[in-house]
Amino acid sequence: MDVIGEAWTWLTTGSHWSGESGITHRLGEHLYLTGVCLLISCAVALPVAFWLGHGGGRRLGGALAINISNAGRAIPTFAVLVLLTLSPLGRHGELPTILALVLFAIPPLLTNAYVGVSEADRGVVEAARGMGMSRRQVLARVELPLAFPLIMTGVRTAAVQIVATATLAALAGGGGLGRVITAGFARYHTEQVVAGAVVVALLALAVEGLLVLAQRLFDPNRRRPRPGDAAPPRPTHHPTQLPTRPSTQPRPDGRRLP
Amino acid sequence: MSAATAESCLTANEWICGEYVSSRAEELTDATVEHVLITVTAVAIAVLVALPLALLARRWRFAAGGILGLTTVLYTVPTLAMYALLLPVFGISMSVVICGLVLYSLTILVRNMLTGLQSVPEEAREAAVGLGYGRGRMLFAIELPLALPALMAGIRIATVSAVSLTTVGAIVGYGGLGNLIYSGMHSYFKAQVLTASALCVALAVLADVALLTVQRLITPWTRAGGAKRRGPVPRDSVLDVPGTV
Repeated sequence: MDVIGEAWTWLTTGSHWSGESGITHRLGEHLYLTGVCLLISCAVALPVAFWLGHGGGRRLGGALAINISNAGRAIPTFAVLVLLTLSPLGRHGELPTILALVLFAIPPLLTNAYVGVSEADRGVVEAARGMGMSRRQVLARVELPLAFPLIMTGVRTAAVQIVATATLAALAGGGGLGRVITAGFARYHTEQVVAGAVVVALLALAVEGLLVLAQRLFDPNRRRPRPGDAAPPRPTHHPTQLPTRPSTQPRPDGRRLP
Repeated sequence: MSAATAESCLTANEWICGEYVSSRAEELTDATVEHVLITVTAVAIAVLVALPLALLARRWRFAAGGILGLTTVLYTVPTLAMYALLLPVFGISMSVVICGLVLYSLTILVRNMLTGLQSVPEEAREAAVGLGYGRGRMLFAIELPLALPALMAGIRIATVSAVSLTTVGAIVGYGGLGNLIYSGMHSYFKAQVLTASALCVALAVLADVALLTVQRLITPWTRAGGAKRRGPVPRDSVLDVPGTV
């Protein structure tokens, strides 16, 4: 197809990378927004999820974990972005964008971390209590390491979500790589639209790939327990495959493929 | 957009405006119809495409890796980029939005169908073989009905997501209610943006409730243990599938 060649030409033209609306600057904006929002949403969601999952409010936590994800799915991101932009908050530069990104990143973080902590192997947790660990020690040294894969799944999902939502922010007047696409639409430059989309898609895939890698590298369950280490024994099954009672929504064997 | 009508809440540009709803009822209805049309078409096509893919994936392990991997990669692509990438294929048309939604729904549907098919008890299969069932009859009379709960769960999630993602189609002019949100943003028309957004959420909730009712009706056996609703969070589709991208 002709358009692929044209998009490639557009991408390899140096002038499209420099300047205020160049790819480099837009990519910087995008990465900055993603990083800031991921940090804020982790700071908000993870402590709440740990507290709920650790026993602070299991009943409340279970209901919240299910419903917040479902609600997040039903609410259109685009509508929230536009509503926030038109609200009084819209006068404060990037604030509506940041708020929307954080709002949509919280559900996956909260749900995954809550499930991870609350469904950490009860036998191991009991054993840790029996050894005389305090509640804080149980959380920090047993439940969190066991929940690590699910927590990281939440972080990864949230990060991809933020990258995607930040793209949409361009439609509502925000910055970021989406601006390359919207500018292309405004000028009927299909090659620019496609080129921008390729960069955005690659960014999303790169973020996903990097976080999968980080999850593999830092997973405490993979480390061999040293003698004298209080770390829990490696679980015999992956926490995402805990045997649970038959549910109407059985889950796939291989949850996430590389 | 001319807000020529000298009504109070329209001229005051209030968020909630009954006058807007009554004076633009036709515009709202058209947008809602377009929204429903796009969503229903996309999910219907996705179901038809997902079934053979799920069967392929079940038959051969290598196909499973490829199909699940590809659909997951597709799911990672942000909506705006997806529509932009499909633009040269279809031109400015509704097909861009429908095709994008089909690709997103595939991820959810293939996974859930595969799970559903794999959860069919081996005894049921053996009993069917013993009764002399062939492959096709086994699939349609035994396996698919037993896989229905998982399949319906997938369809519900795919539909709710599709309702919300349709709004982004406004970039190519085929976003249903999203068109109203987009044009309302440019003209700073608060009532239009809020009304269209609220309708969109209402559509998603309505679709979910309707599908849940259908699911209950066609799978009466799952209601046997009605009290066990407080189970663990169902993992399959809730956890690592981002909500509305």
